[in-house]
Amino acid sequence: MPFISSGTRLVLLAALGLASTHALAVTPNPRFTQDPYPGTYRAIASGPVLIEHATVLTGAGERLDDADVLLQDGRIAAVGRALQAPADALRVDGRGKWVTPGLIDVHSHLGVYPSPGMSAHSDGNEATAPVTANVWAEHSVWPQDPGFHAALAGGVTSMQILPGSANLVGGRGVTLKNVSATTYQAMKFPGAPWGLKMACGENPKRVYGGKGGPATRMANVAGYRAAFIDAAEYIRKNTVKPTPKRKRWFSRPSGGDATDSSGDSGGKRDLKLDTLAAAINGDILVHIHCYRADEMATMLDLAREFGFKVAAFHHGAEAYKLADRLAAESVCGALWADWWGFKMEAFDGIQENILLVDRPANGCAIVHSDSSEGIQRLNQEAAKVMASGRRIGMPVAPERAIRWVTSNAAKSLGIDKVTGTLEVGKMADVVLWNQDPFSVYAHAEQVYVDGARVYDRNDATRQPESDFMLGQGDAKEGAL
Amino acid sequence: MRAFKLWEPRRWERLRWERHPAASFPSGAVTGKELAAGRRSHQARSHLGWCGPMAALALALSFAGHALAQDVLIRNATVHTADIRGTLDNTDVLVRDGRISAVGSGLSAPAGARVVEANGRPLTPALFGGITEIGVEEVSGEAATVDSAVSLRETQPMRPEFDVTLAYNPESTLVPVARVEGLGFTLLGATTGGSFIAGQGGVVRLDGGADTIGPRALFLRLGSGGIELSGKSRAAQWMLLDQMVSEARGRVPVDSPHALLTTAGRATLARYLAGEGRIVVAVERAADIRQLLRWAGREGVRIAIAGGSEAWKLAPQLAAAKVPVFVDALGNLPADFDRLGATLENASRLHAAGVAVSFAQSGDASHNARKIRQLAGNAVANGLPWEAGLAGLTLVPAQVLGVDKELGSIAVGKRADLVLWSGDPLDVIHVAEQLWMDGTSIPMRSRQTELRDRYLRQAGALPRAYTP
Repeated sequence: MPFISSGTRLVLLAALGLASTHALAVTPNPRFTQDPYPGTYRAIASGPVLIEHATVLTGAGERLDDADVLLQDGRIAAVGRALQAPADALRVDGRGKWVTPGLIDVHSHLGVYPSPGMSAHSDGNEATAPVTANVWAEHSVWPQDPGFHAALAGGVTSMQILPGSANLVGGRGVTLKNVSATTYQAMKFPGAPWGLKMACGENPKRVYGGKGGPATRMANVAGYRAAFIDAAEYIRKNTVKPTPKRKRWFSRPSGGDATDSSGDSGGKRDLKLDTLAAAINGDILVHIHCYRADEMATMLDLAREFGFKVAAFHHGAEAYKLADRLAAESVCGALWADWWGFKMEAFDGIQENILLVDRPANGCAIVHSDSSEGIQRLNQEAAKVMASGRRIGMPVAPERAIRWVTSNAAKSLGIDKVTGTLEVGKMADVVLWNQDPFSVYAHAEQVYVDGARVYDRNDATRQPESDFMLGQGDAKEGAL
Repeated sequence: MRAFKLWEPRRWERLRWERHPAASFPSGAVTGKELAAGRRSHQARSHLGWCGPMAALALALSFAGHALAQDVLIRNATVHTADIRGTLDNTDVLVRDGRISAVGSGLSAPAGARVVEANGRPLTPALFGGITEIGVEEVSGEAATVDSAVSLRETQPMRPEFDVTLAYNPESTLVPVARVEGLGFTLLGATTGGSFIAGQGGVVRLDGGADTIGPRALFLRLGSGGIELSGKSRAAQWMLLDQMVSEARGRVPVDSPHALLTTAGRATLARYLAGEGRIVVAVERAADIRQLLRWAGREGVRIAIAGGSEAWKLAPQLAAAKVPVFVDALGNLPADFDRLGATLENASRLHAAGVAVSFAQSGDASHNARKIRQLAGNAVANGLPWEAGLAGLTLVPAQVLGVDKELGSIAVGKRADLVLWSGDPLDVIHVAEQLWMDGTSIPMRSRQTELRDRYLRQAGALPRAYTP
């Protein structure tokens, strides 16, 4: 690798950072995306931190050897060699260690299907009707799920919590920062758009086949279409019409919403249609559970029919069969490294799926978990993909692979302007690994969220524990 | 339908657990009509010459043709013997007539032997694939392809005589998928259907052969996972077990109206009570493991624990009773009230106390059997010595299952079931490069590599269906 002076690189990073600093570009239509349950997240105050002499994967495709990362005021302040730091900065020796952006999981059910998985905790599938766009996953989140802390120990700093896949439209997902809190509002990722969870294929037809349908894939599609037809109509009714020109100077205006001060002449607010309308408007990002290539193509046509965009297909066991089209249409594939065969629509899964989705120029491959176990080891999942690539002569460098669990994930969640890379100005969501993270032996040693050290493998005072785990006998440590 | 896989999460996690589809199929969910439709589509596929099974069949036949394996000399490997000799650097392994005939340095190749240069790469015994349903289930969500459990609730649910190995299909697509990752043998497990006594399984080598090796194992599920199958109390599991033991020991008249077991069931259970084969018990909670140890000691049976989230709490007792544990080394969450003490250090704590440790997965242990390497690697990352991690995938399960005379280590006289790796076999960043079974070099192909290669190619003038 040609040597680039640290100064040049720093300037480069800073320039990238400046272009994308501060608030999200998302400007939601308040009519459909009002938030009566607003986020109350506040970063934990912390002084500046300088991680020195580490191997740094920026998440933007770069690897910097023997580099420093400066965290200040909750932001990435600088990345480069031999950085100057404020006198009060905490210096962390990164020699032999690796630094990456905090990992992001775009498909988690932590909190909505928490541990322990008791019947009383089953809050992830509103399996009572095939279209439940009105429900919000955040209203099911139990912040005491011990799985959040386990994920944190795996380097996960943000995640999207989604409803399950029983329904054609499962409801709204929410993006959380992985911080300990008593309320989910205090975990809500500031400014992140909601996600809309939809599901293709076997699950909806299995759940509703005996309950009035859909019982077939064709009825699945009819169900989506009916819902979006309603949403399109809802948008029309809720669009403030311009006051028409008066035909005569003395005639009264008619037909417009000029006399409707609140602009809600469309009638009663409908929570279901609010969410679908916001998805059409692009204010809520659409995430679709979909395994088969042909069904993904159908969903892309559906999206075109109703004018919405698909942010990502999740699970997509056959995404590799459609990789070029996904890349051409800027649709991410949020995938597993190796799961397959547990049902017919997963029978064609291959271990190179992520690799092939990543291959086209504009490919957006994401390693996701859908699992309280997998979310703790997203780095290992990515390593498996790298190993499969090497086996067929398609090696992937660590600086590229890290994007699968950081920047690409951030992109699909609409939070890439503020997290997902170590570019200057972004949130200081950072992981210090004890070694190359793409190994079964790697441990996240320190995890920072907005510059605060919220996890430290070597410091028991920085290892959060759920209320649930307190007083459970000798659950973890005791002898006999 | 199977009510529970061995380590299945709760049923209400359905649909979230994309990878635990068995949980998603309550018995009433699939109608007869759907089943018939499934069969029809299966037949249609066969008529169309669907090539997956055919390819697997061809592959299996090609192995069967190798009555005499070619002799092989693997030179300059880092040989992980998996036994007390540990790791031997720059070592040669000679294979003759399908068996390991010499391990040493500077070995010369006999006439006609194939020579493989390892260049220092690791060579291990073919690995244990865990407790799986490889070959007894094809698509977990399709009941017509799943044979791992018996559910005769209305008649006589307690069926220890049920033997899942009779359903084993060596031509399953799961077999090549598993073995190209370096897995050479697996314990076929019976899963609980109508009773917490699941029935019997056995060891198969993943060489395409149809037969099991070694003794049978009897599978049993205790604790909350079996509550619905034992009158809604785990206490009743001991009540029912004790009664079955009484029947098997002949203390209950065969014509007793309260008999739980058939005549065949009595005979089967009697064999295990006599010390033939292991009773593999899926159990998680320390309190239940304590009862299990008392029961096993009282009845004099040989047991192994599968799962054992809280086994570390009883590590000294397990070591004293010589009870091995198949650990789910990724299970660290309090997934239910039986597993509040789950920790990533389970394997290392058990090993430190002298317990024999192997591995077994929760989740889809069959299709994704290859993930078992990741379990061992994570156990090592959390304190288990590396050599113990490898032994847990080789010699320990071979010993526990009574097949260690044949396989499980690189030693003269054993079957030449070997794997050459790109690097550390316990690290997911490395892969199996070549597998030998009985000294025969196995094509590193599976239905998945066929799919991969079809889509790796650039699209041509004809649809991809025309590519080989």
